[in-house]
Amino acid sequence: MDMATQYLAANRFGLGRRYDDPAISDVQGWLTRQLGEYDPAPAAIAALAGRGAIAAAYVEYQEDRRAMRAEAAAMSDEEKGMTPELRRLSRSAIRRHYVDATAARLSAAVATQTPFPERLVHFWANHFAVSADKQTVIGFAGNHEFEAIRPHIMGKFADLLIAAVRHPAMLLYLDQAQSFGPDSVFATRVRGRGNRQAPGLNENLAREILELHTLGVRTGYTQTDVTSFAKALTGLTVAGLGRGAGQRLMPADAQPGETLFIDRLHEPGAQTILGKRYNEMGAKQAETVLRDLAAHPATARHVATKLARHFTADDPPAALVDRLAADFLKTGGDLPSLYRTLIASPEPWAARPAMFKSPWDWTVSMLRALKAPAFGERQNIAAMFTQLGQPIWRPGSPAGYDDKVATWAGSAALMQRVELASRVAGRIGDRVDARQLAPLVLADALTPETGQAIARADSPGQGLAMLFASPAFLRR
Amino acid sequence: MILSRRSVILSSLGVAAAGAIPNFAYAAATTPKRLVFIIQRGAADGLAIVAPTGDPAFASARRALADETAGGTKLDGMFTLHPALAATGGLYAGRQAHFAHAVATAYRDRSHFDGQNMLEGGGSRPYGRDDGWVGRLLTLLPPAERDALAIAPAVPLALRGTLQVGTYAPSRLPQADSDLIARLSGLYADDPLLHPLWDSAVKTQELAGDIGGNNGRNGADLGKLAASLMLPADGARVMMVETGGWDTHSGQRGRIAAQLRGLDQLVGALQTGLGPVWTDTLVIVATEFGRTVEVNGTGGTDHGTASTAMLLGGGLAQGGMVSADWPGLATAARFDGRDLRPTRSLESVIAGAVAHHYALDPKQVMTTLYPDA
Repeated sequence: MDMATQYLAANRFGLGRRYDDPAISDVQGWLTRQLGEYDPAPAAIAALAGRGAIAAAYVEYQEDRRAMRAEAAAMSDEEKGMTPELRRLSRSAIRRHYVDATAARLSAAVATQTPFPERLVHFWANHFAVSADKQTVIGFAGNHEFEAIRPHIMGKFADLLIAAVRHPAMLLYLDQAQSFGPDSVFATRVRGRGNRQAPGLNENLAREILELHTLGVRTGYTQTDVTSFAKALTGLTVAGLGRGAGQRLMPADAQPGETLFIDRLHEPGAQTILGKRYNEMGAKQAETVLRDLAAHPATARHVATKLARHFTADDPPAALVDRLAADFLKTGGDLPSLYRTLIASPEPWAARPAMFKSPWDWTVSMLRALKAPAFGERQNIAAMFTQLGQPIWRPGSPAGYDDKVATWAGSAALMQRVELASRVAGRIGDRVDARQLAPLVLADALTPETGQAIARADSPGQGLAMLFASPAFLRR
Repeated sequence: MILSRRSVILSSLGVAAAGAIPNFAYAAATTPKRLVFIIQRGAADGLAIVAPTGDPAFASARRALADETAGGTKLDGMFTLHPALAATGGLYAGRQAHFAHAVATAYRDRSHFDGQNMLEGGGSRPYGRDDGWVGRLLTLLPPAERDALAIAPAVPLALRGTLQVGTYAPSRLPQADSDLIARLSGLYADDPLLHPLWDSAVKTQELAGDIGGNNGRNGADLGKLAASLMLPADGARVMMVETGGWDTHSGQRGRIAAQLRGLDQLVGALQTGLGPVWTDTLVIVATEFGRTVEVNGTGGTDHGTASTAMLLGGGLAQGGMVSADWPGLATAARFDGRDLRPTRSLESVIAGAVAHHYALDPKQVMTTLYPDA
């Protein structure tokens, strides 16, 4: 079978060759070097507003809503008709953070000189997915990737897990901010006042950590494990943004959007999870569980399978999964070691590109290939990816986007890409010579058929559209 | 989601100048002159559009395609207009159409990329200029007549220059044209994943994106849109309309008929839409180069050299005639033994028509539009 080593290095491992990238002579060396050169906070991302500003937008939104509710009570019906407009205004500040973050993510991906780690950022952000279809997540979704994922992809899996779980986006998304120990000081006091609707446990985060982030579905944990883990997690909350009575327990100096452990919300006592007893240690209890989960053989296998799939095909070769899982256990979940194992393994290099690029991968690789700006300055990046079928940070479920060919290879989706390629070609097609660009970006995956089809195009623009719609360019 | 081409949405792409976007509320303009440049991308076959049916070598060279023009308007003793151009034939009868035949730019190779660059840029070699002949023409016009607009997602090379130009795209994601779709069908033919996906995508696609589709009505819609953008007092005075799908390597008979039906309806809708302003309008239709004299093995024609250009409008210098220093189609008369030989420069045809239209000094127009000539 003929290989496409150059193309695989640039697209399966990287994000597509940039128009100004030099040819890669030693693909493995090139990829390994990137692990050391990775920048967790590139300029486009470092320039964004931080957690505090995002939280402030939510606080303002909540205050507006409260004020509006108060006003609405005293309003005539005619006046009430105006409130949706006002509500939209206060929402727009939150939305702005999302839109800015999507643009920064794209700009960093297009510009990066270390596309392999950048791909890994996207991979892990999808593994620890939050979804911006929840109002409380919209503003924080980008910050989750930038502040929880990015700084930890070159460390231990356990630290990445803890950072991803403790970020306000995850705590708000999976309802942890509303989960209270049933026998916590707080819940007991509320019950003591005769309130039947005492605050209680929410298992959402605990279940998804077990099912999606660590062990994997059907790996032997029970409902009791889920409940006990949820209890261990209680006390973990977000200052200033959660709903309910718990907000009154926040320390006076807590900054809105800050992740806090509040002892009075925490379920007291020991918890037994997966047969192991965890004594009461306050915040340390959940962290100890998380570290044990991160080191579990089922977690090693779960992570190994997802990584192997991402770098080979729908059904990853068993040998590669075994090798990655063994490496994970041997190194205590050292992520760079996994990446080096991937680079050195024969499986990711053994076949022609078989994965169908996601809309994100495809668009990023197209933009990297072009020197001229493919879109106008006012192009709404977030809306474009929604139209292409992969809204950024909005997979609709904590499972993230499925990483299989069938997820993205649909007929309407294919037509969408051809139409977008046509539009880009219409904009800049006569400034780019697709005949010269094709051997550069398709490298050893350029087939004579594609080369001929591009050369025979009826205009420079059509040639460029055909390059981006070519069978090779659609895959990785 | 496939957006309808009918849903006209103002495009923010390109260097669209806010001031160049017409306001539909205003009444028709008093200053008269309008110019429309319709580019035929893909090398339109001049021998099928204005067929030299009186040339003794025509029938044998064109073989199966020789009767393509049967039933078309007889233009003179030599030339017959393609029957799909019925309305254009009517303009010819009313001295509002002129065909310049055996014309070509200075370009003599056969690459669409390079040829279109020369046609639009007006340079003497491919990629020799980064501005275009229409863009340079604007500098010769009074400020009130400079508003230029392209119905395209971005400013085409022909309109680029020192003055700002608007763009107007019919939809946010324009549909891929039918020619690109056909080519991709070929490219995906042996791909087990893409072939069935694409097949089904194409079946659900209405192919509303090119002038030939929808039995010519797409051309009519485009013409109507162009007229509506040019008619208002503060509307565009200079307009470029792009058409694709002219690269008829195979199955030319049906494809070029559909293309020309679309072009005919585009021109008809322009005339109707502009009403009395049509008298002061010049439409130039041109392509990057022509196609081979001989028909190839797949019922089509390959890249050639000279083609035909159309001048349409109410105030032509020589309406109702075909101008050609006819080289003949015999093998010995052909360029490189295969193509219609160019006997006149397309640049001079364009410059001459523009100079007459705006009553400008022909020499100044020529040196401005084609400074490298």
